[in-house]
Amino acid sequence: MQLNRVVITGMGAVSPFGPTVNDLLDGLDEDRSAVQYYEALREVQGLRSLVASQVSGIDPKQIARKHRRSMSRLSIYATLAAKEALAQGAVGPELYSSGQLGVAAGSTVGSTETIEAFFKDYFLDHSLERMKSTLFFKIMNHSCASNIAQTFDISGRILAPSAACATGSQAIGYGYEMIVAGHQQMMLCGGADELHPLTCATFDVMHAASTQFNDRPQQTPRPFDADRDGMVCGEGSGILLLESLDSALNRGVEILGEVVGFATLSDPGNIANPDSGVMAQCMRQALAVAEIEEQQIDYVNAHATATEQGDIAESQAIATVFDHRVAVSSLKGHLGHTMAASGALETISTVDMLRRGRLVPTLHLQNVDPRCADLNYVRARSDQPLTFALKNNFALGGVNTSLVLRRYDHD
Amino acid sequence: MTEQEVINTINIALAEEFELELDEMQPDVSIYEDLGLDSLDTVDMVIVLEGAFKFKIREEAEVKEIRTLGDIHSFVIKKITAESK
Repeated sequence: MQLNRVVITGMGAVSPFGPTVNDLLDGLDEDRSAVQYYEALREVQGLRSLVASQVSGIDPKQIARKHRRSMSRLSIYATLAAKEALAQGAVGPELYSSGQLGVAAGSTVGSTETIEAFFKDYFLDHSLERMKSTLFFKIMNHSCASNIAQTFDISGRILAPSAACATGSQAIGYGYEMIVAGHQQMMLCGGADELHPLTCATFDVMHAASTQFNDRPQQTPRPFDADRDGMVCGEGSGILLLESLDSALNRGVEILGEVVGFATLSDPGNIANPDSGVMAQCMRQALAVAEIEEQQIDYVNAHATATEQGDIAESQAIATVFDHRVAVSSLKGHLGHTMAASGALETISTVDMLRRGRLVPTLHLQNVDPRCADLNYVRARSDQPLTFALKNNFALGGVNTSLVLRRYDHD
Repeated sequence: MTEQEVINTINIALAEEFELELDEMQPDVSIYEDLGLDSLDTVDMVIVLEGAFKFKIREEAEVKEIRTLGDIHSFVIKKITAESK
């Protein structure tokens, strides 16, 4: 067993800002909101949150029908994002089937849209005679990972973590650990989700979704802000190509950043409510894995979805761990909450921030909720040297994740 | 429905399901080698044909013998003719 350093050599994003990483970064740079009002959501009785951030501008036919037939939207997003990451990492067919490239990618659930369509037809006469052969491949929990691997003929390990809002970052973390331990040289890591009214309803029934901005969708969600009223559901996919440093150097590819620490743990106190102490514990564990002190972290990319409880708990946890004025922002104000994709999409942005030395502020943060901890909240674009960043995600079901990222300096 | 109408219905239904070009759908083409279908597709092909012609063919042994588009045309025409008698 050998321990390897793990670097990022490719990134792909299908986000509410568009079908590429550049679209994602441009949207963040320009402080745009991807949130819109959707009239279709009004048709769902009882749903109060009618705002969301959806993907547009993709071309699913970039994927051959043979592969696309087993995909719902979430796998299409993931496959297109993987394609972009592989291209940037200069990984071609000879590496796809080498056994050294694996996939760690997941979604919150399989395709809800497909399940709805199936049961809508099934309940007509309880007949299975109209059931298509590819139904299962769209609703299985490892749909996202398997469809990526099938499309690119990838023959390494398959991991399909599923931890709701922490899925993307958990996948990156597990992929990182695969490479650290020497089981794989490269891993495509990330998450994907497709928006369905059930997603919005899940948070709406728990009074965690934004409901008061249906007439002002471009002003919500508002992480850490006193006027926040909940999260906004989104969709998309982020995929990162992780690779051992030795492999990247041998191949001579550009190194975009480094993953130096990861922690994930269970918060068994309550299946829905976050615990500030357990959040802090997760961050500390990640710092310990990275073998760095908390003072070395320049920036925390918060999970902060703009829920009342989550933002307060996370801000207090950050204040507990970091006794210095670490910079903190959340990207949910721009993107909404892209669920299983959020950890990966936000990591992609964080890697870019480290590379450029430019912090993205929290959109819509005007007046910090006095119940949130006193932190160095990033309110405006800020240029400063950055070396280490910590990326948080916390999921319903009591799953916490923290990643530690480092800017990579070529020797 | 005339035989040509049956053939057109089959071709249009399969072209839509499997994203095929109508001008490549000649009777002598192999549905496997030429049109690129596989075993999963043939399951869905049966469902598409059952939906288009409102008959049941899943259990029919002849379905397993289908190799060309012409085989499908002949099979469906024979089935419809038999059911109309």
